[in-house]
Amino acid sequence: MFGERVPRVEDGRLLTGNGRFLDDLGHDALEAAFVRSPHAHARIVDIDVTDALDIDGLVAIYTYEDLDGRTGEPLPLLIPHPTLTHGRTPYALALDEVNHVGEAVVMAVATSRYVAEDVCDRIRVEYDVLPAVVGVEAARTADHLVHDDVPGNVAALMVQQTGDAEAAVDAAPHRLELDLAIERSASMPLEGRGVLARWDADDRSLLVHTSTQTSTSVRQAIAAKLSLPVDRVEVVTPDVGGGFGVKIVHPWPEEVLVPWAARRLDRPVKWTEDRREHFVASAHERGQLHHVRVGYDDEGRLLGLSVRFWHDNGAYTPYGLIVPIITSTQLLGPYKPGVYRVEFTSLYTNTVMVTPYRGAGRPQGCFVMERVMDAIAADLGLDRTVVRERNFIGPEEMPYDHGLLFQDGRPLVYDSGDFPATLAKLKRLVGWDEFDALRQQARAEGRRVGIGLACYVEGTGVGPYEGGHVRVETDGTVVVSTGLTSQGQGHRTMLAQIVADELGVPMDRIEVTTGDTRRFKYAVGTFASRTAVMSGSAVAMTARKVREKALAIAAQALEASVDDLEIVDGQVQVRGSGAGAASRIDLGAVAVLSNPLRYAFDDAAARATQFAAPADPDLPPVGPGEAPGLEGTDYYSPPRSTFANGMHAVVVETDPDTAEVRILRYCVVHDCGTLINPMIVEGQIHGGVAQGVGGALYERMEYDADGQLLNASFMDFLMPYASEVPHVEIDHLVTPSPLNPLGVKGAGEAGVIPGSAAIASAIEDAEGIVITRMPLSPSELFELRRVHAERTEAPA
Amino acid sequence: MTQADATVRVSFTVNGSPHDLDLPPRRLLSDALRHDLRLTGTHVGCEHGVCGACTVLVDGLPMRSCLLFAVSLDGSAITTIEGCCSSDGGMGPVQQAFHECHALQCGFCTPGFVTTVTAYLETNPAPTAEEAREAISGNLCRCTGYQNIVAAVCRAAELLAPASPGETVAPSQTGGADS
Repeated sequence: MFGERVPRVEDGRLLTGNGRFLDDLGHDALEAAFVRSPHAHARIVDIDVTDALDIDGLVAIYTYEDLDGRTGEPLPLLIPHPTLTHGRTPYALALDEVNHVGEAVVMAVATSRYVAEDVCDRIRVEYDVLPAVVGVEAARTADHLVHDDVPGNVAALMVQQTGDAEAAVDAAPHRLELDLAIERSASMPLEGRGVLARWDADDRSLLVHTSTQTSTSVRQAIAAKLSLPVDRVEVVTPDVGGGFGVKIVHPWPEEVLVPWAARRLDRPVKWTEDRREHFVASAHERGQLHHVRVGYDDEGRLLGLSVRFWHDNGAYTPYGLIVPIITSTQLLGPYKPGVYRVEFTSLYTNTVMVTPYRGAGRPQGCFVMERVMDAIAADLGLDRTVVRERNFIGPEEMPYDHGLLFQDGRPLVYDSGDFPATLAKLKRLVGWDEFDALRQQARAEGRRVGIGLACYVEGTGVGPYEGGHVRVETDGTVVVSTGLTSQGQGHRTMLAQIVADELGVPMDRIEVTTGDTRRFKYAVGTFASRTAVMSGSAVAMTARKVREKALAIAAQALEASVDDLEIVDGQVQVRGSGAGAASRIDLGAVAVLSNPLRYAFDDAAARATQFAAPADPDLPPVGPGEAPGLEGTDYYSPPRSTFANGMHAVVVETDPDTAEVRILRYCVVHDCGTLINPMIVEGQIHGGVAQGVGGALYERMEYDADGQLLNASFMDFLMPYASEVPHVEIDHLVTPSPLNPLGVKGAGEAGVIPGSAAIASAIEDAEGIVITRMPLSPSELFELRRVHAERTEAPA
Repeated sequence: MTQADATVRVSFTVNGSPHDLDLPPRRLLSDALRHDLRLTGTHVGCEHGVCGACTVLVDGLPMRSCLLFAVSLDGSAITTIEGCCSSDGGMGPVQQAFHECHALQCGFCTPGFVTTVTAYLETNPAPTAEEAREAISGNLCRCTGYQNIVAAVCRAAELLAPASPGETVAPSQTGGADS
């Protein structure tokens, strides 16, 4: 099944209305709603709940003062880093001060969401409004502070360098300086966040369902916050309606408060995020300003690259410096930068906090590096692909060590890739060398078309580990679980394909569970395009162990040598025996034999009782080092990340009058190593490309100077519909990763990374105007044209 | 309060089954379907009629159930994603096409697409790819980039088309446009 376009096992339920998303659960639960700050920065003077108290159906109103024990402490700083000198996290409910519009101030619990919102409407919060810090410019100017105790609004200042890059730039025969900017966008899954908690007072245990990308870590965090033993808390991820990064953050205020309230009230409590809440109370990403100095030789080869950038981390930093660290390292893409120095400042603003959104800092880095490549090509009058080729790391140079530390604290070492081959494929796919003629022809017709490209390398499959559990039931069903979670990627199908091959069982006998701590306790989570690499490898390794055990038991039962056995269609059989009944045994029967029993509770069990199974009376039924049951657990922990890569080419047409940008072609060459299911990989690319197009042309968070998010709805925040996403043409190059048993590299985020860079390149080509900021709206392009015309028509 | 809690009797059919409900006037159709009738296949993505995840068919026409008060539907015939299944509860032709074409990932927006496409193919049984793209351009999907949804619309049209002699539709498809 490995490598085949196997239809997804997830689809049947989801297509017939039988999915189970968070708000599909807990019909008996009380519902919560929140009073959230309408101000970007303010002190809370008073909270008056009097008017709300007579509402029928009100169950409880909570403010910070109600939070007891560790629930009253700031939420954890999940990923500390030595350079994050001023990390700040929010309280579950605001204490004295709010730092962005949307911060939770009061929690109301009622018999329905309607009533809970009625309650919130009647609660009066008096604020003393403070000046808001909005945008990178205001943050670094620091006329006002987001947090009184964070000077200059600086959360972190980090430098990495491989030598004296400034000197290398200064000494280079050619130099350029660029100022570049990327706006804020957000993951924006169609399903927002949500939490349902059931407290069992008799059992003193908590069962939490949450729409998360990491159930195991939410479990640990809730146990810590509620001062419960971890084994009294289980966290289950139901069907999740998309994550794209935002749901890796945890514990959200609501993930603490809902379980806390459920225990306190001894009743199930649910909170389902609404769309406005998702805009103002979850997380955004992308916003950065870059200043680049680059030096290069006559051939366009980089000699020195010095990048300074300013990262808007919003009001809080629970997810540490992951996004800017990724930007600073993945900016290099497939290139050798010469001497490299990168310095970033992570800045607080009175806006929604910033945590990874698909691509996680890479789209910004890719945009910067690819703008540099295009600028060099323009400066030297070279073809843009030629400049890139000259700077590529060669396939013979793999593994390639950049001499930097990656986001996982491990050396930034590329494991695989053949960048010249990828580029050659892309040029063929898009018809790069023939495009000049098309451009000229279009010009002659009064049309403006342009072509652009962008290359990226994506560190995927970061550690520390994932695990798998595989058990064969006595009816031959194979149950598989892994601890990380799924948000629509098709993990169950992909993992079942792996098990089907390793264990020799048909797909329809395999049931895969993800993200349920009742089934698997140890896991990290779903992010960084890591599931196929991490859980795929772990499940493959586990299935191999179970296979070994099955063969050993079957060899005894069949009186055959293990070496002569194979598993076909769920039957262990002697190879080449013609599979007569005497020379085969089904895996279910092997599972029966694996578990010696005293009690015969069903027919299968009867075959395994002490009197049914022939056994050596002088040996223990379960031997030393053995365990009952045909099952196994194993973990995969790689030394470092795998590095996928790809290149996109785009053809655009810009309207001479309206400055509207239309994408005529979008071509992708993608190398994620071995493909487990090409259909699923291509689906991931499609979705990523759509988000890349959105980030390049439509999506931005429009904050005003007071920190009000002006477009906090789907009506105003422009995500692409089908009418905005072009047909996507895909080709694959396969350079297997040497780091894992499957040769796979991650594929989840790839599609989004080069979108802004490639589209900027194409618009620049069509317009002959340098593009330095994305996204680019028609009105902005119109303005660029006006300024450009002024400059070129009226020389000094 | 009492105003909000006062209920109104409303009668409609959902997927052919008659229902009489006493609902507060402000109860949205999406909530009535999901929480009163426990038909949770209809999803709510934006609560303001933009994403289309909550699309259901009212008397055969696609409508956003998050923008409708349930009490305004008295006498209507409503079809939800659950009603798009085949008579044995399996996948109907549009659902089958989505499965074959990998036209869904997380599945949250999918019910709105399936209902929308079901209604669309009634009006245009043989769309071109371009028409198919246009037909789904009022629904948001954040996972698929729409590529395979466009393909699924065309595939669904094939599955729904009366099979011409000698033409096989799909091995797993038991036929019929009667969703």
